Amino acid sequence: MHIPDGFLDLKTALTTAIASTGGLGYAVKEVRKKLGDKHIPLLGVTSAFIFAAQMLNFPVAGGTSGHFLGGALAAILLGPWASLLIMTVVLVIQCLGFADGGLTALGANVFNMGIIGGVFTYYFIFIPLKKALSKTKRGFLTASAIAAWASVFIASIICSLELAISGTSPLNLALPAMAGVHALIGIGEAIVTVVVLAIVIQIRPDLIGEYSESEEET
Amino acid sequence: MKKNIGGFVFISLIIALILAILISPFASPWPDGLEKVAEDKGFIKEALEEGVWKYSPIPDYAFPGVGSEVIATALAGLIGTFITITIGWLIGKFIVVK
Repeated sequence: MHIPDGFLDLKTALTTAIASTGGLGYAVKEVRKKLGDKHIPLLGVTSAFIFAAQMLNFPVAGGTSGHFLGGALAAILLGPWASLLIMTVVLVIQCLGFADGGLTALGANVFNMGIIGGVFTYYFIFIPLKKALSKTKRGFLTASAIAAWASVFIASIICSLELAISGTSPLNLALPAMAGVHALIGIGEAIVTVVVLAIVIQIRPDLIGEYSESEEET
Repeated sequence: MKKNIGGFVFISLIIALILAILISPFASPWPDGLEKVAEDKGFIKEALEEGVWKYSPIPDYAFPGVGSEVIATALAGLIGTFITITIGWLIGKFIVVK
């Protein structure tokens, strides 16, 4: 879902860049407050894992591929604001180092995959679901799966809105196509997210910020 | 109970390296969701042929000058994974000052 240079007009690129910068400023404050020394290596290795996993495009319907994004996973593991930092690190490296995602679209890409895919998904999908579902490992993983799927699906809708506002593709064309294909890609996102979380719960449940001991029984 | 974090980080890095080096050369070459939609709906031509930033050392995840596509991708994965863990770690260190 990395937007290249040329898809966004100035106002859309600028607005999303300002929103992302503001989000990042807040993220720095929150991470400083909430995370400790032991989280520093985790910020690094989670970024590296997401970078690596994003390279693995898997085929979905009709000559289309998709890949893991990781915003939801990072948010569930280390908290929403740490996930925004992690996604920004990954997206900046991809843009500057690997020509993946345009420099002028960097603000929008951070907005879509970090703020929507991580922060928004965490507060508005994951936490409400986690509260609503049973306080068990199964409930936790179910909430994570739905949040992961939704993170990709909603980010693709926001992306098509940006394309429409920029005058690149009318909403009635871009939105159904983007939402349709990302509804499928989101299934891959949910699978990877749940597999990683299940493994971490198995070996180091204490490392998942949102996972508490009481959930371990089932 | 305070457990060591080193082992966990090491194993995670090994898994990331396996994905980036051994698996990524065999990833699907098909366009991703946004790219495919752009092709189908006829706005792919809006994308700039060359990006605004022209100094990417490893464009499109293929290490330049390497004949084998598999090795070029694996090298890109190896370098990218080490760069991300380093930058992520350093930014963490910079922000989390106690």
